[in-house]
Amino acid sequence: MGQAQFEKALQTRLILASDGDLIELESGNFQISGSLSLEGKKKITIRGKGMDKTVLSFKDQQTGAEGIKITNCENIVLEDLTVQDSKGDLIKSMHVKDITFRRIKAEWTGGPKSQNGSYALYPVLCTNILIDSCIAIGASDAGIYVGQSQHIEVKNCTAYQNVAGIEIENSLFADVHHNHAYGNTGGILVFDLPDLIQKKGGFVKVHDNLIEANNQSNFAPKGNIVGKVPKGTGMLILATSNVDIYDNKILNHQTVGVGIISYFMSEIAIKDKEYDPYPTAISVFNNTFERRLGRVPLEGRFAQIYRFKLRFGRNVPHVIYDGILDSARCGSDGQYLPQHRICVHHNVNQSVANMDAEHDFKNVRRNPVELDCVQEYVKSNQF
Amino acid sequence: MCTGICQIESILGMRYLGFLLLLGLFSYQPAPKFPTKLSDYGLFQGKLQDQIPVTGVIPYELISPLFSDYAHKLRFVQLPAGQSVTYNPDSVFQFPVGTRIAKTFYYPFDERKPESGRRIMETRILSHEASGWVALPYIWNEEQTEAYLEVAGGTSLVEFKNLQGKKQQVNYVVPNMNQCKGCHERDGMMTPIGPSARQMNASMRYAHGEENQLNYWSRTNQLTNVPGNRPKFVSYIDESAPLNERVKAYLDINCAHCHNPKGPAKSSGLFLDYRYYGTTAYGNMKSPVAAGRGSGGLSYDIVAGKPAESILLYRMNSHDPGVMMPELGRTIIHQEGVAVIREWIKSIH
Repeated sequence: MGQAQFEKALQTRLILASDGDLIELESGNFQISGSLSLEGKKKITIRGKGMDKTVLSFKDQQTGAEGIKITNCENIVLEDLTVQDSKGDLIKSMHVKDITFRRIKAEWTGGPKSQNGSYALYPVLCTNILIDSCIAIGASDAGIYVGQSQHIEVKNCTAYQNVAGIEIENSLFADVHHNHAYGNTGGILVFDLPDLIQKKGGFVKVHDNLIEANNQSNFAPKGNIVGKVPKGTGMLILATSNVDIYDNKILNHQTVGVGIISYFMSEIAIKDKEYDPYPTAISVFNNTFERRLGRVPLEGRFAQIYRFKLRFGRNVPHVIYDGILDSARCGSDGQYLPQHRICVHHNVNQSVANMDAEHDFKNVRRNPVELDCVQEYVKSNQF
Repeated sequence: MCTGICQIESILGMRYLGFLLLLGLFSYQPAPKFPTKLSDYGLFQGKLQDQIPVTGVIPYELISPLFSDYAHKLRFVQLPAGQSVTYNPDSVFQFPVGTRIAKTFYYPFDERKPESGRRIMETRILSHEASGWVALPYIWNEEQTEAYLEVAGGTSLVEFKNLQGKKQQVNYVVPNMNQCKGCHERDGMMTPIGPSARQMNASMRYAHGEENQLNYWSRTNQLTNVPGNRPKFVSYIDESAPLNERVKAYLDINCAHCHNPKGPAKSSGLFLDYRYYGTTAYGNMKSPVAAGRGSGGLSYDIVAGKPAESILLYRMNSHDPGVMMPELGRTIIHQEGVAVIREWIKSIH
């Protein structure tokens, strides 16, 4: 069977699959010219012979934006295969209840390039997502990106040479643990953005990850929010609430270990009236930080803020907070009430700064007392 | 002890055995409940390629149709005997179970001389089953005598001369069954896109003469409760129509089937249904969500007065599968559509 017949046979198989089917793919390198799609099925497993053994390459893709697209399904498992070089996203799943990606390698093989597609693994508007032992390489947005979804576990994955290694966006109840994110622009991002269907994310645990040397130059096409992430970012929490970050090793980031910022820092006007732009109820604890002395790299908007406003010199703090408060959540002392507080405590090599972005960075303070609190928001919750 | 498969394995090696097994695994036939040939539906009389409908199969036209690589289209609907559709002013008509819609895509050899003949590419059947709508692509043979069900779709190269007499080449893509739903979807259910009051409120040349389609459908009891006052889209190619009305019609039929709060592109928050005209959701100064390199390095979907800074236009003006919009149904740029949108963005402020 030639490549074209293989593709046609596989697509036909996906279309005509009966609920409950196991679709097995043999070893081999298969060139696919158009998006493969699975739609409206229940309890389907697509299984290759192993990562790098069954390889679907979309290098010469002619039609469709994604490599594989899975829509309106229930109980889907993809496992043991490699997908490469699609024009858009590699594997997108939308409106799927119960989806597992296991031992999937999703990669752009030509290194980090802005021409690469946006997301390697891309579940959006899904519930009950498990991403386990996957590898994502080269995404011009996020390697593993979970958007507008609920009940998510991302574990044992490796992400490198992406703009964002792992990103949880406008999603609820996510547990991100035992992953390795290195060599990206930003290691792990947790974002809430305006103008979306699922408005509010949060309740996110990020723990036991190795997040190191995410110092890749940002290669996202402009216009995308991750394009604003400065190179050298370990973690960035943008406008999300109820996030615990603990027991991680966050090492060797040229700009910031953990940044906690409001949407105002994006400098994009907010028109969505229901949108909550403030990060609140965030605790960063029991992590290990390391960083060699050195100035932040001069690249992008944040670098300008560091250079001209924050002026940390070579001793750059591991954790920064923009300090823009939502007055509705403040007590009489002008600080957040206990349940909304940003807390940074019991980290190895802890160093923290409040950027005071609200007052044009006039009162930048290291180790600010208002962030010195002991809290856990979601660690003991089961998602 | 060695079986036949072992022998094949030893002769061809594991790789080929894999292919053979795949062949066995994938050699499914299309579900038998759908006809494998277009002629099996009995929608047409005479030669199939002449596309002359039998009695009870009504041709219809849309005022502002979806762009499909400059393909011309013939549309037909067949209601189940004795049944009708209830008029509504806002959305696609709710056709009863048993309805069939046929859409035939073809290219005239020379657009300036329609009588010179045509190449029919495919006929899509939308069939309203008890379980919902099903879309079935039938691909025409070279001889133009029959079209066969191909659930996986296909591609073929076609050439024609356009209205300017210029030779055009299109690598015509027939979408697979799943991709059909990629556009024809609301709330996860398959649905037709075109036939609404505002798209059909125009006259059409029937066998009996010219007549407004809504009047004809009403007069023949196929459409009930039709009021006197009915909405109407302009044709987006009609340069005498107001620019904003042309834009509404264009974006509605070409984009809003996905870009609406219940469509497949709802995750983008960009809604191009004509009713969202003038809102942020319609794109004006709206940041993209997951556009990736589809953003083209631009910051907003639409920047009033600045077509070159508007992602919407950038994506319409691309044929890169990872950038272009719509992402299916075309491989080339709709120059006339791009021109309308460019002019409009330039004009707004």
